[in-house]
Amino acid sequence: MKINPNKCVACGNCTYVCPMGAIYVDPTINRATIDRDECVECYACYYGLSTEHLNPPIVRLIRKIFQWGRLRFDPEPDICPTAAFEPDDLQWPRVVRRAFSDPRATHESTGVQGRGTEEVKTNDVTGRVKWGEVGFTIEFGRPGVGVWIRDIQKMTWALAKAGVAFEKKNPFTLLMSDVSTGTLREDVLNEKVLSAIVEIKVKVEQTQQIIELVREVEKDVDTVIALGVGTRCDENGEEHLVAPILESLGYKLERAKTNMGLGRITNSIESKKQEEPKEVPSETR
Amino acid sequence: MTNTLHRYGDSESFRDDYIVFATPSNDRNDVNSIPKLKKFLEMALPFKPVSIGDPVHGGTLRPARNLHTTSNWKRDMTPDFRAVIDGIDTPASVVAIFDNQLAAKQFLKLVADADLGLSINMSASVEGAKECCHFAGVTRHSVGYSLGFEGSTDKLPNSQQLKLTTMCGHGMVSASLAKKMIDWVKEGRRTPAQAVTYMARFCSCGVFNPARARRILDEARKKME
Repeated sequence: MKINPNKCVACGNCTYVCPMGAIYVDPTINRATIDRDECVECYACYYGLSTEHLNPPIVRLIRKIFQWGRLRFDPEPDICPTAAFEPDDLQWPRVVRRAFSDPRATHESTGVQGRGTEEVKTNDVTGRVKWGEVGFTIEFGRPGVGVWIRDIQKMTWALAKAGVAFEKKNPFTLLMSDVSTGTLREDVLNEKVLSAIVEIKVKVEQTQQIIELVREVEKDVDTVIALGVGTRCDENGEEHLVAPILESLGYKLERAKTNMGLGRITNSIESKKQEEPKEVPSETR
Repeated sequence: MTNTLHRYGDSESFRDDYIVFATPSNDRNDVNSIPKLKKFLEMALPFKPVSIGDPVHGGTLRPARNLHTTSNWKRDMTPDFRAVIDGIDTPASVVAIFDNQLAAKQFLKLVADADLGLSINMSASVEGAKECCHFAGVTRHSVGYSLGFEGSTDKLPNSQQLKLTTMCGHGMVSASLAKKMIDWVKEGRRTPAQAVTYMARFCSCGVFNPARARRILDEARKKME
């Protein structure tokens, strides 16, 4: 992203809306400026700010007069008055920043849309997390901290060593040059993104081991981590396997996403396939 | 996507936050799903959702590309529910957000009876969602728990800002804007209702809950956490 200095009037509205705090008014040129190292190409400034198309010299003159008179104009805070933001033509590997930061972006870099997959949200039709399994989403950088991809590799290395299965369709898995070791492509390591989600699946019995591993590695990762744990409910809609483990580890389960089990396969080709994912094996209920 | 899972707060703070999703699954039930997604949102309207949204085009409040200067004094802050429904053109998760459990559970029951064939999820407090399922006669299939934030949590803003920013799960509502809006409401420069519209426009999929945000801003006006 860039700010056209011929248009910018240094109103400062954009400095507040950047999730990474990467925009500031440079006093030497009196224009809003983007710190390119910190910018994750999320496009919140470009898409989120409404725009006017005012004449920049006139706006600057008015601002100067107001400043001289110590007067405060109280405009709307979510407007760029001169539409000064202009997208860059992003090249590899910088385009990875946008792919993992701008939710509207299609993943030209990975071929997958979004930061993660459908995970348990469509588990009733995909059967991705089966009875006795746990799907982890380990999200780095959100909210508003961001993460260098090289930091995430510390986690993927440790997880691979523990023998987990990385979700194949996850965009971050597609950045791995060697999934068996959790090694990422070297050319993306020095890119910073707003958030990235590592998705894995393990047996229920490994839940505690994975959480302890995450807690250990996160000491060496300079960002925030949000952990999500998805699992199947039993035939009565209850979940008595994973919750007790999480509570024993000190987590208070306040919020969850609940799949109601109302989905079914309706695409014609897929309809020919069996719907066994919806079945809970009777011997393990 | 975990875009509504990691909202910050305890169960009590989610009392006015019930999000119901309809999600088509790639290669499984996405064919001809657009009319179903529209129907899902149409069915939500009688229950007065506080917002609806789709991840491709956004929610009921969207940025404008060509505002007139007079909008600084007289801006249309009305959420446009019709634009969301009419604009759906891609098979992707759509959401309806409610500020009370009664509406959410009655809507869920209607959706269950309608048998759309799409995956239906509710993002809410664990107990709140369970109560809705019980009311609607739905047996939970899977559950995804949020374990909250860990790691370098010293980099996070204060809890009121976090409650606001995490309502856009893609992280598009910045902590600086949330702080600015709290400050403006405290100073009386904007009402909570006005401040909410500015933040909501940054949420690109419409999951930002304006009712909860108004309450948080109103609480922050009186007491800073």
